[in-house]
Amino acid sequence: MNSTETPVDAAIAELRLGAPSRWLWGTTIVGILAFIGTQIYGFTTPSSEEMGNLVKIMFVHVPTAEISFLGVLLMFIASVLYLVRRQERHDLLGAAGAEVGAVLTALTLVQGSIWGRPTWGVWWTWDARLTSEAVMLVILVGYLALRAFTEDSGRRARWSAAVAILGALNAVIVYWSVQWWRTLHQPHSSPMTVARPYRYALRLNDVSMLLIFIALVAWRYRAAKLERAAELLREEAALKQGGSYAL
Amino acid sequence: MGMRGEIYRATSLALKDLTTERRTKANFNAVVFLAGLMLLLFGFALGPDADALRNAAAGVLWLTVLFSGVQAFHRSYEVELETGALETLLSYPGSRKAIFVGKLLANLAFILLVEVIVVPVSAVLYNLPMGRLFPGLLPVLFLGTLGFVTLGTFYGAMASRLRARDVLLPLLLFPMLIPVLVASVEATSALMVGDVMGEMASWIGLLVAFDVIFLFAALLTFETVVEE
Amino acid sequence: MDRRHVQETARISLVTDGAATGPALELAQVARRFGRRWALRGVSLRVESGQVLALAGHNGSGKTTLLRVIGTALRPSKGGGRVFGKDLVRDADEVRARVGSLSHAAGTYGDLTAHENLAFALRMAGLRPDHDAVRATLETVGLGRFAEERARTFSSGMTRRLALARLLLNPPKLLLLDEPYASFDVAGVALVNEFILKTARDGGTVIVATHDLDRASAVMERVVELRNGQVVGDEPYQAGPRLAATLPDTALLGGGD
Repeated sequence: MNSTETPVDAAIAELRLGAPSRWLWGTTIVGILAFIGTQIYGFTTPSSEEMGNLVKIMFVHVPTAEISFLGVLLMFIASVLYLVRRQERHDLLGAAGAEVGAVLTALTLVQGSIWGRPTWGVWWTWDARLTSEAVMLVILVGYLALRAFTEDSGRRARWSAAVAILGALNAVIVYWSVQWWRTLHQPHSSPMTVARPYRYALRLNDVSMLLIFIALVAWRYRAAKLERAAELLREEAALKQGGSYAL
Repeated sequence: MGMRGEIYRATSLALKDLTTERRTKANFNAVVFLAGLMLLLFGFALGPDADALRNAAAGVLWLTVLFSGVQAFHRSYEVELETGALETLLSYPGSRKAIFVGKLLANLAFILLVEVIVVPVSAVLYNLPMGRLFPGLLPVLFLGTLGFVTLGTFYGAMASRLRARDVLLPLLLFPMLIPVLVASVEATSALMVGDVMGEMASWIGLLVAFDVIFLFAALLTFETVVEE
Repeated sequence: MDRRHVQETARISLVTDGAATGPALELAQVARRFGRRWALRGVSLRVESGQVLALAGHNGSGKTTLLRVIGTALRPSKGGGRVFGKDLVRDADEVRARVGSLSHAAGTYGDLTAHENLAFALRMAGLRPDHDAVRATLETVGLGRFAEERARTFSSGMTRRLALARLLLNPPKLLLLDEPYASFDVAGVALVNEFILKTARDGGTVIVATHDLDRASAVMERVVELRNGQVVGDEPYQAGPRLAATLPDTALLGGGD
């Protein structure tokens, strides 16, 4: 470490702040436009015979569900990176991924409910994918709750990284266990299985949802880094002004 | 320090924990009593139809063990935190994995002992066909308990040091135990009808995989969470 | 003698370890943060083997944090250091084998007896407990009568003596004491200083963090002052261990190793 650089300067430098790049703006704008476009496309196509307009909810539901997994995946990767490299920004990235993932997962569950009720008369089906989404939501909320209750940022980063890794592993195991479990008892028709005729449109929606996910995470990540840098600077300023921590 | 030294340290720690526990039996008694109470309450909530109770018994038993057993993990670390003994434990030469294994062994003994009492009580209250369930249920019970204790010991190391520990430990721990719950309940149901479809092997396989994966993951990351 | 040790290298003996040539401690720009607060802001220090150093400073100056970093209880956020040539982060385990700490929290178990506490400490260091040595050490710190009493019944002074006994049983090459004089009566203070002198006499190194320099003045040879996590003063101190010659032979100083 450079002898004239204070530890605070070094910590802030590691956060790798910068102005929002062209790519970030581009992704955001394209994502929003694409999403709006595909929704309009979806809702103006003629409805299918059996399901009527209701099935169009899957244009939002399916992409939301599929991209919500990325939240857990990103949290997992960022956590592994953090434990190996101990760079603060990786911790912040994982948290951003988890937050966006939690929102998408919650939305998936709500959409599933909204679809299920008029279609099959039930608010909830215990099918493998919906149940896994619910478990994923609990895992993400647990991760975020742990972060909320841990005050020291070093401890928070280490602990939530460990929790994230185990939680992500569990999400996979739960998915398989519930699949298995469901095949033993009579399976309901899954909301996901009716999508076949709309494959192409759904792929497009997936892409637009992916762009939105990336944009949301990137903006959240940037905000978190700025917040952390501001905290460090504020503390440094308070020290210079106040003189010392002496009690 | 070599493997023998680490095993020695782990067993010494486990014995110390069990000695401490034996001297303040209050904790064990409270957990067993709480478990018995829960079995009773579940009975009221689900019964009195004998068939309904028998079908729900496996799930009820596990939920009871989970909710009452969580106390054990808090206590395990409380002992260390009261007098700053945790930092002293960490200051000895040797691996943190030995500390994890030591705590795990002590908690395992504790929960198994609770089950020795609670399982027969549930068999009585819920009219379980013990002839069909034993000895087939023993590996399921043991493997499930091992998974529970592995994760409880791991998450307990964190939750016990936070203010919101009573909420946070269940919040973090219980979602992790869903596979254990599913596997154990299914295995028990299979056994009750004589396991006509040969499912037992699959569920035991799942439990073994679960235990191995999380024991490995916990051992790898324990050092990170137990240090400061 | 072999039967005592489950693992031979668990504790390096003061006398036989040949690495006495290099410095006991070298720190380079060690910084440590807790959240947004930096407790240490770049501390560099070099302590030679056999020195007795007093670490002075007000509460909040970073003394405890520095000791904890040296003892590997905390990882530095920035910078690093070596203890007897072993890196604090990469060789943390080897550092622990050579360092012993007394912090303000005694780290004893209330439901175990004094004897059991010490036996457990030996086991956790990978050693098979020598019960005679345990009894003798308890006598030395004045807890002989309470050997079979549960530690929960002890006063704070007694608990600290028990913690001291733990260090005496397995003396480290680098001894770190954090406010060792607190909650001790006059006899306890004398005990601490005797232990420091004995360690120094046997070739060990001692760092005493204290805001009570009066008490440490009987034993210290150098005073390093911390403020706001930085070193602001580093002076040798004359009185030091030469005083030892005038102290009476006690069980600790005069008795066997």
